[in-house]
Amino acid sequence: MDRQTSPSAKRSVTAIDGAMALIVILLIVQIWLVSATLETYLAGHYETVLPGAVLSGTIFLVCFGLYLFIERLDAEFRKP
Amino acid sequence: MSLFRKPSREPLWRDEFSVFSNDEKYVSRRQFSKFLVLTSLAMFVGNLWILVRSWFSRKPLYPVTAIARANEVPVGGVRLFQYPTPQEQCILLRTGANEYVAYSQKCTHLSCSVFYSAASDRLECPCHNGAFSVRDGSPLQGPPRRPLPRIVVERKGDVLLATGIKLEA
Repeated sequence: MDRQTSPSAKRSVTAIDGAMALIVILLIVQIWLVSATLETYLAGHYETVLPGAVLSGTIFLVCFGLYLFIERLDAEFRKP
Repeated sequence: MSLFRKPSREPLWRDEFSVFSNDEKYVSRRQFSKFLVLTSLAMFVGNLWILVRSWFSRKPLYPVTAIARANEVPVGGVRLFQYPTPQEQCILLRTGANEYVAYSQKCTHLSCSVFYSAASDRLECPCHNGAFSVRDGSPLQGPPRRPLPRIVVERKGDVLLATGIKLEA
């Protein structure tokens, strides 16, 4: 069986697709978060700025974690 | 080091560019993920920028400006003034013998000028029939949802001073 079409490779591709979809969803949430924080900041409400930044940082860390997961899967798949 | 290519069943181009189609997909997915994560980082940096900006502008320094003499305004009377800049119209109301309140005259709906209606004892906007409470500037009627910014008024002897702006009711 070819390395690229083996069941483990298919599972890896599925996992990578799932992780990417999750990153996309998180990114949409983060873009909304930035626009909402900017809007409230410009309206003079400063109390939402810190929670917005903390949440945005958390989303970024989760995205980065998912990216590392993708990298690891990819590296495992590429092992000779 | 061999100078000559070993005999192979694969065509020359495949030996030189040993690219598998699935490997190509993997690389493009990985690069796309990297792009998404970098976009996420950019959003985070944007949020941090807003945070830093808010730290520097959290307490804007408003000027202390004399807006009227206490006896100039009768009880139930109003006086218009500009604060904190000459372009920003405000309205001062004397609600009692020693009670003064002041608000920005700009309606929080579409920025029309509000006026004091003595008959209904509230601040009214003629554009869309919005109305605000004289007591705290909160919206009472019509499309406005946010209160009028309140001007902080202090009395020093016979002089009324505007010392700041409160955005909350």
